[in-house]
Amino acid sequence: MHYDAIIIGASMSGLAAGIRLAYFDKRVLILERHYAYGGLNSYYRQDGHEFDVGLHAVTNFCDPNDRSAPLSKLLRQLRLTREDFDLRPQSYSQIKFPGIALNFSNDFALLEEQVARQFPKSADNFRKFVEDLREFNDTDLSKPYASARKTLQDRLDDPLLIEMLLCPIMYYGSAEPHDMDFTQFVTMFKSLFLEGFGRPPEGVRKIIKALVKKYRAVGGQIKMKSGVAKINIDADRMRGVTLDTGETLTADNIFSSAGYVETMALCGDKAKQPPPEETGAVSFVESIAVLDTKPKELGHDATIVFFNNAKTFTYAPPKELVDLTSGVVCSPNNYQDHDRLPNGIFRVTWLASPSAWSKLSESAYKDATAQCNEHVLKTLNSYIPSGTERLVCTDMFTPRTIERYTGHRNGAVYGSPTKRRDGCTPIKNLYICGTDQGFLGIVGAMLSGITVANLHVLSKA
Amino acid sequence: MGDLNVKKVILEIISIVAPDADLSDVKTDVRLRDQLEMDSMDFLDIVMELRKRYKIEVPKEDYQMLASLDSCVEYLAPKFAALSPA
Ligand SMILES: Cc1cc2nc3c(=O)[nH]c(=O)nc-3n(C[C@H](O)[C@H](O)[C@H](O)COP(=O)(O)OP(=O)(O)OC[C@H]3O[C@@H](n4cnc5c(N)ncnc54)[C@H](O)[C@@H]3O)c2cc1C
Repeated sequence: MHYDAIIIGASMSGLAAGIRLAYFDKRVLILERHYAYGGLNSYYRQDGHEFDVGLHAVTNFCDPNDRSAPLSKLLRQLRLTREDFDLRPQSYSQIKFPGIALNFSNDFALLEEQVARQFPKSADNFRKFVEDLREFNDTDLSKPYASARKTLQDRLDDPLLIEMLLCPIMYYGSAEPHDMDFTQFVTMFKSLFLEGFGRPPEGVRKIIKALVKKYRAVGGQIKMKSGVAKINIDADRMRGVTLDTGETLTADNIFSSAGYVETMALCGDKAKQPPPEETGAVSFVESIAVLDTKPKELGHDATIVFFNNAKTFTYAPPKELVDLTSGVVCSPNNYQDHDRLPNGIFRVTWLASPSAWSKLSESAYKDATAQCNEHVLKTLNSYIPSGTERLVCTDMFTPRTIERYTGHRNGAVYGSPTKRRDGCTPIKNLYICGTDQGFLGIVGAMLSGITVANLHVLSKA
Repeated sequence: MGDLNVKKVILEIISIVAPDADLSDVKTDVRLRDQLEMDSMDFLDIVMELRKRYKIEVPKEDYQMLASLDSCVEYLAPKFAALSPA
């Protein structure tokens, strides 16, 4: 069978690229190894409870009248409506360091006011910096790498303020330990602070279902449980793929959301393989506590808390299994209009060491996950003292779970530290979309699929 | 196809490409980009919809011809005329 385009991964970027191409009458096939859609951001059912794998927050929440906001553009490009995603705004979120906290919401004035109050000496610099960020063209695909940390040090003089701003931004989108690309920082700053957080009451399934439905409606084909075992190349051109079953398919273009290192590995020895440092190493564990009541009823009303309990904030894979000193607490019930959620949910994410997790034997792995569930209860207890009495069950995932279900080496949630913003690979008609193209998160991944499909197929007549 | 109809077709396409745009009072001589907040992605989509719906090709160097409704009509009317037999 021959296709105009084969897409690897029924992921956010894969589905978005697929919708674009199929809508404009291309013959498109999505191949997904797993039985579920959504990749890093999927959903599952366990013990009668519905869980989201990823979704803490859909970033880039914006006013419907803001037509130039990324979310509005993305909906237009996919011919979807705001109702299709059904996003409801957060209440407020918080960045919490020892002895100090900054609250923010979908109204940027709150953060500005908090910074002015807690960091009066930096208030002017912060305001000017934000004005410049608003004007910064972060969608320019050719911007060279610049250290975000260094730029922040040049622009804002208070080291604590810098760390507090970096904390949520790194947690929601840095593939690089300790630092990140400034352009990426700007994209994330806009999407977290200048825009904001939203969530569909139904969870991530609402978004995935909307994408899959649209993709099918415009004539796209999709094969689940169909892993790509090999990308067949011939000199510097891609010819097609061989599936795990041995079946071969040919295509004019491939868009892969499997990750850059992972995709090149599928091309085999004939293709130049990236050096080991291009494999991402930042991963997380997440523990989820299900309660029989809403966190709000017990006095916890923040939507998301980015916390750091140590003197300095360190964003890097730890030596031990999990670094408990910083992390993210997410309470989906604390979005607006989320009363219909049947249970209270309290999720905590920490940095994890992929190599430490990968070395564990099956029994040591079981013990380690049990320990993480202890940690989530301790954290729950510190946020909601009576919370543990209302516990229904817990669940968790580790870098190993992420690698098993998405194929991302090391369970690296944000992929390779080296991004390929134009989506190109050394193989002519093989392109990267999603995480390793460089637009991160749910909205980022969808924009990535759109951008790469537009750039490499649709705008070429 | 007459000029009026070309204009209608363009507005219809804009309403598909940018359903959130207010098309009740589009000035024919003002750049669409300015009055409807349309970006390069939206313009690519106008071109793509023309191809999808009418098999009309607009090469990249001619994208600027789609700047306003007037220039759209001027540029596209002959292309639409060439489509309909006679
Ligand atoms: C725990 C967690 C929490 C997160 N929270 C948020 C959040 O709150 N907000 C947010 O915006 N983002 C969040 N993210 C990030 C977000 O999920 C990702 O950025 C986004 O989903 C990445 O999408 P992608 O298109 O790059 O592809 P991926 O999701 O990486 O999907 C790749 C797909 O390709 C498939 N695949 C790989 N190899 C093959 C092969 N050989 N053959 C066939 N198929 C293959 C995989 O099975 C997978 O489905 C979170 C991620 C995680 C893990």
